[in-house]
Amino acid sequence: MNDPAAVAAPGAPSVAGASPPSLRRALAAALLRDLMVTARHRADAVTGLVFFVVVASLFPLGVGSDARLLREIGPGVVWVAALLANLLSLPRLFVADHADGTLEQLLLRPQPLPLLVLAKVGGHWLTTGVPLVLVSPLLGVQYGLPADAIGVLVLTLLIGTPVLGLLGAVAAALALGLRGSGVLTALIVLPLNVPLLIFGSGAVQSQMAGLEVGGLLSLLGAILALALVTVPFALSQALRIACE
Amino acid sequence: MTPATTAPSEAAGRIHWFRYAAPQQFYPLAGKVLPCLWGLSALLAVAGLYVGLVLAPTDFQQGDSYRIIFIHVPAAWMSMLIYVVMAFWAGLGLVLNTRLSSMFATALAPTGALMTFIALWTGSLWGKPTWGTWWVWDARLTSELLLLFLYLGFMALQAASDDPRRADRAGAVVALVGVVNVPIIYFSVQWWNTLHQGSTINLTRAPSMATVMLWGLLLMVFAFWAYSIAAALHRVRSIILEREKGTEWVARLTETQ
Repeated sequence: MNDPAAVAAPGAPSVAGASPPSLRRALAAALLRDLMVTARHRADAVTGLVFFVVVASLFPLGVGSDARLLREIGPGVVWVAALLANLLSLPRLFVADHADGTLEQLLLRPQPLPLLVLAKVGGHWLTTGVPLVLVSPLLGVQYGLPADAIGVLVLTLLIGTPVLGLLGAVAAALALGLRGSGVLTALIVLPLNVPLLIFGSGAVQSQMAGLEVGGLLSLLGAILALALVTVPFALSQALRIACE
Repeated sequence: MTPATTAPSEAAGRIHWFRYAAPQQFYPLAGKVLPCLWGLSALLAVAGLYVGLVLAPTDFQQGDSYRIIFIHVPAAWMSMLIYVVMAFWAGLGLVLNTRLSSMFATALAPTGALMTFIALWTGSLWGKPTWGTWWVWDARLTSELLLLFLYLGFMALQAASDDPRRADRAGAVVALVGVVNVPIIYFSVQWWNTLHQGSTINLTRAPSMATVMLWGLLLMVFAFWAYSIAAALHRVRSIILEREKGTEWVARLTETQ
């Protein structure tokens, strides 16, 4: 379970009467705590990654190994696998913290909650999203994508996985503690992920067709910017609703 | 909140804007308005169907199969309108902490989902005679499908919460996040559809409108609108009774029946 020493340190004054730590220290502490907890349960992060690879490997078994067909469906399959791997990792965000009361401590801190949860989701992205981005070239090679297309695939996943993490966090927070929360989270978040899927795999397909990809990458970047600015507020509201 | 026992003579000259924000006041108001709305929607539907099925001419290209638009288009417009209205009331309930706003959002969701389903079903029926296939990954149909998932997510989240206030507020967050995303989803699906056009078929456009067809369409839109409001009001009355069942006025109401 979660390490109590890691819980007590961030955000709380160590000496009675001392002023609360600066915003920067509190955010760093929130981020580091998440990384530390994941480091102690490495298996959780790795299983998500393994799921990503397994799902992407199932499709050729289902549709046949025709190289041309695989090259066509490759970007879409890798992106769908990334979506599903992200979905599977969502319970790790809040369930354990909610169960032992750490989440309520997070809500009680003097620092602004949207920034704190942004740090938390950032930590989650570092352990969930970044491994996906790093492994995706291997999957690209499995599907026979050309090198420049793999480059675009990595770039779209790099921009897209933080948004997946943010949107997934909102869904996970809303479904926290409810019956059937796993499926419910999926039902809420998957329609919201559709634009990312369309633009992400569309960019790779455009690159393979020799078309311009700058516009699509800009759109992805715009979605990321919008998500970074608006989702933390929805997320903090969802957490307050779930914890009261 | 305005006390419900204010006598009309005391209230004369002052408009109590939030009088009907109380479930106890809204319940009888909705009850009075409902029969008129049902009647209006039936009337408009009969008129619209007469214009659409009898008066409107046969289309040059599509023959008589285009007439499904008199159901398909109003249902699709209603599905999108109801989603926005539902998000508005849910958001209002979240911000102002009013129960009735959230109850109304909950009441609107099944009607909106039904409209979306009807739009998908009739779109499928339209595709069969014109293009020989039951389902087409047309941009608009795909957007409708995603809208259906958004409605189902909202309804599932509310159904999974045992505490009604938590259901209200969680549903409001989902509806608000969804309503911001709907334009993005719609635009991305449009773009996706143009990218993958090539040899794939596109769902038929409605024939360029003769005035008669337009009139039929407008009548049906208003018929569906009246129906949706009536269905939502009817449903919200049931929700009010269920949520307020511990109060005295509901006990008095149910014991006299």
